Amino acid sequence: MPSVTFISHDGREQEVHVPVGTTVMHAAIDNGVSGILADCGGACSCATCHCFVDETWTARVGGADEVEAQMLDFVIDPQPNSRLSCQITITDELDGLVVRLPASQF
Amino acid sequence: MNSEHAVIVGASHAAGQLGASLRQGGWEGRISIVGEEAIAPYQRPPLSKAYLAGEKHSDELLIRPATFYEKSGIDLVLGSRVTGLDCRAKTVTLHDGAIIPYSKLALTTGARVRTLSLPGHDLDGVFYLRDLADVDSIRGFVGPGKSAVIIGGGYIGLETAASMRKLGMEVTVLEALPRVLQRVTAPEVSAFYSRVHGEEGVRIITDAAVDSLEGSGSIESVKLADGTSLKADIVVIGVGVMPATELAEAAGLAVDNGIVVDEFARTSDPDIVAAGDCTNHYNPIYDRRLRLESVQNATDQAKTAASTLCGKLEAYHALPWFWSDQYDLKLQIAGLSQGFDRVVLRGRSDSGRSFAAFYFSGDRLLAVDAINKPKEFMMVRRALTTGMTADPGKLADEAVDIQQAFA
Ligand SMILES: Cc1cc2nc3c(=O)[nH]c(=O)nc-3n(C[C@H](O)[C@H](O)[C@H](O)COP(=O)(O)OP(=O)(O)OC[C@H]3O[C@@H](n4cnc5c(N)ncnc54)[C@H](O)[C@@H]3O)c2cc1C
Ligand code: FES
Repeated sequence: MPSVTFISHDGREQEVHVPVGTTVMHAAIDNGVSGILADCGGACSCATCHCFVDETWTARVGGADEVEAQMLDFVIDPQPNSRLSCQITITDELDGLVVRLPASQF
Repeated sequence: MNSEHAVIVGASHAAGQLGASLRQGGWEGRISIVGEEAIAPYQRPPLSKAYLAGEKHSDELLIRPATFYEKSGIDLVLGSRVTGLDCRAKTVTLHDGAIIPYSKLALTTGARVRTLSLPGHDLDGVFYLRDLADVDSIRGFVGPGKSAVIIGGGYIGLETAASMRKLGMEVTVLEALPRVLQRVTAPEVSAFYSRVHGEEGVRIITDAAVDSLEGSGSIESVKLADGTSLKADIVVIGVGVMPATELAEAAGLAVDNGIVVDEFARTSDPDIVAAGDCTNHYNPIYDRRLRLESVQNATDQAKTAASTLCGKLEAYHALPWFWSDQYDLKLQIAGLSQGFDRVVLRGRSDSGRSFAAFYFSGDRLLAVDAINKPKEFMMVRRALTTGMTADPGKLADEAVDIQQAFA
């Protein structure tokens, strides 16, 4: 199973293993990774699942669609590598993905 | 592990969050979640949306996988209804007679559907929509070319209509009031939703008085008071919910349109907290008591309740927000519009599929209904949380960047 590593804003690392097809948001929630709230359960409606994709992965992960991009403009501390984690689905190509979590979701 | 035992009644959005937050907050004793439904806490919102439309599998609805509870040392006692609460002995009784002692109790019993006692209400093919089991039954009656009559033009009724159109059904929505969404939105928003549903092929009848549900054994038609008869292979009734307060009431806790809790989610019994759809609580942003029906409230209030049980008092002060998905319409609502005296529109509501309605009381911005306007939603959520003020003239002008409308 592909792995995803979450790095909290204060540097704590947590590596989890999830089946292909899981979203990065679910990878966090299912494994009790704090820092992702995911209030809407992945409906792309709440923007409380904000993460920063590690620079070495941004090309493979790809960018946000328009709705997601508009929401990302308004999260706390938006960066070029910001994404809503519920909109990233884990594939074999993303095995080893590293994402960083913001200090606060709103 | 110490000998303390936290028992959570109900196993849905609030319960799952409460259990998880108790552990995160350092609760070292046992935790049991007792729920009537036979499934671990799952997402209710997709029931009328992607799940009904067949776009999501039931496995995908779970908020957290079963292994999460195991790993966190949370016992799930599912398919079990709590029938009695004795606050003095500090025990709850289950439907099978089992008695569970608690040190702390959390009531997250949610809400139950308001029922209609229409003639024919017990015919096959007549449903309410609240639980996964309801939708699983409903799905046996849907399919291309079949006719559905939805009673109730609220969010759930309209979402159900949209999902059934996606399934290729003939859909009629009956609303008793002069417009759909009347209790929760401005006339412009109601008109917008009526128009789009019409464009999508749904027939909406307002001021509708249902006389009876007709059929022999199974539903065949719905008869209105004016004599109209509507063919129906299925009827879904969505006319609101009522807080599930029976346990609290019988145990003598304060109940007034919901279980009465303070800002720390404490009920009138010091060892019992409550969270979610079942509570009546104070909201400091709007300075009044509320009963909300939303995932946001269930989740956030559950966190407050868990903190309280862990001995850390943190007042509940979250901004209410909500969403609804129908067709290609993504509605996001920040704040509560109740009590507004003025609506400012950004974008056109009478054509197209994207606009925002800002609700004001005097100069004060109360809420936004943002349809395919995520920026407006995000901006208002921030503004209402941080106390910014809005300039109505700039809000109405789409040429002005939304951020410039706030100070
Ligand atoms: C079809 C549908 C669509 C929705 N869409 C949205 C949406 O888009 N956005 C949004 O924010 N909200 C939406 N909601 C509302 C949201 O689902 C609720 O606000 C939320 O589920 C409330 O969570 P809760 O834990 O307080 O209560 P509930 O989800 O009502 O759960 C209460 C649970 O307690 C159990 N229970 C009750 N009494 C007992 C007892 N005595 N013993 C044992 N168990 C008991 C019940 O069986 C139930 O499982 C929707 C609701 C429905 C039905
Ligand atoms: S979980 Fe709500 S936007 Fe991602």
